Amino acid sequence: METTEQIRERILASLPGAQVSLVTNPGLAAQHSLLLGAAHALQAALLLRDDAALRLDFCSNVTGVDWPEREVSEADPTAPGGKVKRVVPGFLEVVYHLYSVALGHGPLVVRMRTANRSDQVTLPSLTPVWRSCEFQEREVFDLFGVVFAGHPDLRRILMWDEFKDHPMRKDYVEPDDFEWEPTPHGDVLERARRHYPAPARPAKEPAP
Amino acid sequence: MSEPAPAAPAVTDAERAELRRHGMLLTSIEELCDWGRSHSVWPLQFGLACCAIEMIAASMARFDIARFGSEVFRPSPRQADLLIVSGTVTKKMAPMVVRIWNQMPEPKYCIAMGACAISGGPFKQGYNVLKGIDRFVPVDIYVPGCPPRPEALLHGLIKLQEKIRGQRLGTPAPSECPVPEYAAHDLDPTKNPQLWQPPVLVRKEGA
Amino acid sequence: MNPSGLPPLASLPGPQIRAVHDELHGDLLELSMGPHHPSTHGVFRMVVTLDGETVVKLKPVFGYLHRNHEKIAEGASYLGSMPYTDRLDYLCSMTNNWSYALAVERLAGQAVSERAEYVRVILAELTRLLNHTCLAGFLLQDGGASGTPLMYAFREREKILDLFESLSGSRMMCNYQRFGGCRADPSPAWLDSARALVDGYGRFLDEYEALLTGNEILMARTQGIGRLSPQLAVSAGVTGPMLRAAGVGYDIRKVDGYGFYPRFTFRVPIGADGDTYDRYMVRILEMRESIGILRQALRDIPAGPILDPKAKQRGLRPKAGEVYSRIEGPKGEIGFFLISDGGPNPYRYRVRPPSLINLTILEDMCLGQSIADSVVILGSVDIVLGEVDR
Repeated sequence: METTEQIRERILASLPGAQVSLVTNPGLAAQHSLLLGAAHALQAALLLRDDAALRLDFCSNVTGVDWPEREVSEADPTAPGGKVKRVVPGFLEVVYHLYSVALGHGPLVVRMRTANRSDQVTLPSLTPVWRSCEFQEREVFDLFGVVFAGHPDLRRILMWDEFKDHPMRKDYVEPDDFEWEPTPHGDVLERARRHYPAPARPAKEPAP
Repeated sequence: MSEPAPAAPAVTDAERAELRRHGMLLTSIEELCDWGRSHSVWPLQFGLACCAIEMIAASMARFDIARFGSEVFRPSPRQADLLIVSGTVTKKMAPMVVRIWNQMPEPKYCIAMGACAISGGPFKQGYNVLKGIDRFVPVDIYVPGCPPRPEALLHGLIKLQEKIRGQRLGTPAPSECPVPEYAAHDLDPTKNPQLWQPPVLVRKEGA
Repeated sequence: MNPSGLPPLASLPGPQIRAVHDELHGDLLELSMGPHHPSTHGVFRMVVTLDGETVVKLKPVFGYLHRNHEKIAEGASYLGSMPYTDRLDYLCSMTNNWSYALAVERLAGQAVSERAEYVRVILAELTRLLNHTCLAGFLLQDGGASGTPLMYAFREREKILDLFESLSGSRMMCNYQRFGGCRADPSPAWLDSARALVDGYGRFLDEYEALLTGNEILMARTQGIGRLSPQLAVSAGVTGPMLRAAGVGYDIRKVDGYGFYPRFTFRVPIGADGDTYDRYMVRILEMRESIGILRQALRDIPAGPILDPKAKQRGLRPKAGEVYSRIEGPKGEIGFFLISDGGPNPYRYRVRPPSLINLTILEDMCLGQSIADSVVILGSVDIVLGEVDR
């Protein structure tokens, strides 16, 4: 298969004006990915599927990643102390892993990002391109709260319909429903302390 | 269940055992009935998760639950008198399990099979996992394991048979359990307080 | 316009709901099958709309076994998630272990010893035998052959589980693979009993096939039922024996060549019609190929260490980065997507569940079939709810 950079150029040649950037993977696996802008994502996906040299006809895996807002410190010689703190806004990310059954290559990793984590969470659905996205995009909608425009049946898939939260987000607070557990595990003991406040000091020790 | 105080038996157990040694069987309707009931427990054919496979294995040739009279797995709760909760009960599934329990005719029994059904097991931290089916349904026998071996399930069944044999005829109080509903963050209610209360934590002062 | 030959979504078969609803024809019936139903393989539920006995709409409902595997794994160490992978597809814990171990090895750059690679292949193929045998039993159970085929299947399953138990200490939840190898070294006696089992398995398959394959009722219930076209199968991400039964020769053991599979000769059986019978037959033929792989692996297995004692297990902190890694599980492509931020637990942990994605086309296969056949079709998809809902 062509390198990710070549595929990016191929997309840009067919879709001038499309936002496609390369996201390098610093890990040992070095599976680099393409970040697609939401505006042209559907056309780019069709191109990836139908281009004679790529023919990525098999979308294997679709998943979401939550990137909450975080603070990074960057080197800045002008600032006092030589460092400046900057807040990176949070976003939700959807990752697609594409393979080609016809040509036997892959994976190509494609990502899309929302503008933020609260109100601008709509991304185009790629279910019209690959049918296998249908349930997996529903799962991303359910667990991460990404809304897929153009999805044929966007409902919660794993949790019940009345459920309000998106549990795979990093800031999800789960219901506090395990009361006590006899383990020395630090978190669990902390919970136990919260549920069972220390008993009031007895007035007097009863005589034996 | 309110039972009248049992009258002093006309024949003591020792006398009965002595008679049995001489080839005479003296028994009561109650005993006969319990003996029959305990050896024809019909489980519900109801699998939840991993433990269900071991439950099936228990009914297959090597372990052969038929030796204990319980091979008749019924698909309908109306025909079953044993609910084997075999696996993780999620919050999404919990109302269905309670509803199935309510549909079973009296007298009925429940075996919580596996760590998940007992307490949530390895998945206890899960946001969608019920921390033990005994929060909604009265459990008679707990079979620990992840999953329990088929022999362990058979042991649980034998223990249940002992329990049944210790029961007396009468009209049991109907044990209809309230069915929880789906709410915005959790089930509503999260437990049946008549059945289950959190254990009391005894802690040293200042700990 | 559409060079890949895939049909646009609008042309995929949708529900064909009859226009006339009068007293003679009656109304459509909506039926909720599951989550407690003896033939849905666990707590799967499908809402079926019926016209008489014909399925005109089918909507699967998931989540009744959603036990938050991914969320728990994101709070656990890398090694701490290994026992949870056992409980995904609880019939095939060995292949789940392998897929996860492979993903972490690629993330952390760990090499695997030669003996361990052979042991992994042996265990994965034994798992495939176990899974396909049980599947055939359950499929026949769904078709109404109550008991007998399943009894035979579980008799063989017990033999394989004895091997697993003597090697790993547990029948079902083996927790056996480690990053860079396997947890325990199989003894020569274990390898001998594995050889004995493999030698006997062909005879069992002959017996099983004599009972089933030519059976008139089985053929009547499965041939021409639940057809799946290769284009739709690829587009819907169907993998494993289902994809090959639809006529697409795509086997990750051949395509990716992970582990030591390139060292073994085996064929990839593919179906011609994509119906339920093909899905049954492909699995039977795959088992025969698995026996061949097992023979080669048990013949060639080298001596040597099974696990480098210096390979880091606890407190593993892979370099920041991400990886998607997949293997050919008995049900299809089981993959793991891991993102590491350099910490002791994965930042993102995702399981690619073959059972869930293979269900995407359940409605397409069941439309126009009778309700009794849709049960058999579901049986031929081979789902395990622990993996569908995770």
